[in-house]
Amino acid sequence: MSKELIRLRDLTMEFDGERILDSINLYINDHEFLTLLGPSGCGKTTTLRIIGGFLNPTSGTVTFDGEIINDVPPYKRQINTVFQRYALFPHLNVFDNIAFGLRVAKLPAEEVTERVNRMLEVVSLKGYGHRHINSLSGGQQQRVAIARALVNEPKVLLLDEPLGALDLRLRKDMQIELKRIQQAMGITFVYVTHDQEEALSMSDTVVVMDKGRIQQIGKPEDIYNEPKNAFVADFIGESNILDGVMLSDYKVRFFGRTFQCVDKGFAPNESVDVVIRPEDIDIVAPEEGHLVGVVTSVTFKGLNYDIIVEFKGFKWLIQTTDYHGEGATIGIRLNPEDIHIMHKSEYSGMFGDYSSYSAEYDELTEDAEDEEE
Amino acid sequence: MRKNKSVLLSTPYILWMLVFTLIPLGVVGYYALTDPESGAFTLSNLKDLGMYLPVLGQSVLYSLASALICLILGYPVAYYIAHRGPVAQKILYMLVMLPMCMSFLLRTLAWVGLLQDTGIINNLLEAIGIGRLQLIRTPGAVILGMVYNYLPYMILPLYATLVKLDHRLIEAAEDLGCTPAKTFMKVILPLSVPGIFSGITMVFVPAVSTFYISQKLGGTDTVLIGDLIERLFKQGDNPNLGAALSLVLMALVFVCTGIMNRFGGDEEGGVIV
Repeated sequence: MSKELIRLRDLTMEFDGERILDSINLYINDHEFLTLLGPSGCGKTTTLRIIGGFLNPTSGTVTFDGEIINDVPPYKRQINTVFQRYALFPHLNVFDNIAFGLRVAKLPAEEVTERVNRMLEVVSLKGYGHRHINSLSGGQQQRVAIARALVNEPKVLLLDEPLGALDLRLRKDMQIELKRIQQAMGITFVYVTHDQEEALSMSDTVVVMDKGRIQQIGKPEDIYNEPKNAFVADFIGESNILDGVMLSDYKVRFFGRTFQCVDKGFAPNESVDVVIRPEDIDIVAPEEGHLVGVVTSVTFKGLNYDIIVEFKGFKWLIQTTDYHGEGATIGIRLNPEDIHIMHKSEYSGMFGDYSSYSAEYDELTEDAEDEEE
Repeated sequence: MRKNKSVLLSTPYILWMLVFTLIPLGVVGYYALTDPESGAFTLSNLKDLGMYLPVLGQSVLYSLASALICLILGYPVAYYIAHRGPVAQKILYMLVMLPMCMSFLLRTLAWVGLLQDTGIINNLLEAIGIGRLQLIRTPGAVILGMVYNYLPYMILPLYATLVKLDHRLIEAAEDLGCTPAKTFMKVILPLSVPGIFSGITMVFVPAVSTFYISQKLGGTDTVLIGDLIERLFKQGDNPNLGAALSLVLMALVFVCTGIMNRFGGDEEGGVIV
């Protein structure tokens, strides 16, 4: 788990003078499940394609197992890719698609048959060998694509939004399946997605990217609990982000009130972004609250209600399992560990305000993140 | 209602086909199966065709040869065009089409001027001391004429197939260990088979029935089936035999295109013959 396998050093990529990647520094350990997460156009697919050898960086190096591989063509790399929308060979059936890499490597026919059949079992497609690619469903094609890459037993498997074209139910199943395969085969996975839930639930390490830069690298829990800036806080889950002033260690002031918190190491009186996760907020009777606000909208989400509460002209999103109707006056309490402090960044003021909240915000963001490249 | 409308709209063409295709075909069939003198039914026209078998064979041979040469010349061109930027693609496509805008007769006559005994090429050879060569009135000249005239018909379907080829499949092949040469053999070539067969058909069919090229560029021993048919109708004064020969040629073309379509697989070829 600890040996370093791939290192990206100062990677920069420019297309027509436009900077797609800006000094990416990253190392990937052997057997790690690492996810590049970010909105469309953030550079995650470009990074993946550089690792795969399909793009040459404008500057910077890619090191694999201690050797610089910038000039090594894809067919010589011990890396295989599961492409966005599969890229299966339409002139070959399922078996021949999976056998492709083994046959190129000129393995004996019996071994090819044996390994392909084993792989068909791994991806639950036993008996589908003679089927034509076009007769398969999206989920089945996806599994063929995964099998076609995995059968070569690569050191690293690159996956470019592999579940993007599948429906929600199938996507959930495949997430579990992929994680299982990764652990069973002990292969390093580099996974690209814009789906934060997918990234959090599958990865050992999440790399959050935006505008060609790495915003934060960390374990899923750390990324969620200690976002480095407003972008990460907003992209990973929902966040209320407020302007605050760090009075001293463990003391932050916002909304005209001083709160205890668990963060330290800021300059005295430094302006900071304060993150409060909607699910961390406790709703209490108005007279017991640190702050008192009025509910302005309620959306039933199944598991909980999303309510928008106005505090002194600023609207917060709060997730609660108890119903509070529109117009109700409520109080809230914030525990020290519910308050996360971040340095100000270029993203300050851009996220975390629910004043323009509408019930469709989920769908809107998902539509916008559809396609990359 | 909708069905009636589409029948109505297609009526002019159906009538056209009836009058100018099906009926003439019937006439050809009638001629082929009747005696020139008495007009009585006979199979002797078809039987007499045996003597033309070598000519038929020669026609097929020349046409296949020119189709293959077109394929070898045309494939790299089509591949090159398909991998240019959108603007370059349009310009190159136009350039391939350009010769087709010129009269077919003129194009062939131009080659006469180039290849004849006192033509430009021979004058040049003479001037540099090599001496005049027999260029015209050779099988090579006929095949050259066919290749020159029909090359665009090879390039266009090939281009249509190659330009649709998903680039990610090439990346996938490289990803799975293929060198560029292997990628070509294992992915690009198999996926362009429909275009190849479409192109061969497009070249072969007009080439096998051509008569002008062989008359202008060929000699007495490079007579093709098209020349024979023309001769039988215009000079030999035996339209019945000519009609029989036409039918056989038609059958031959049908069989060939049938075989091509079978190998060409699905509709991917882009051009329907």
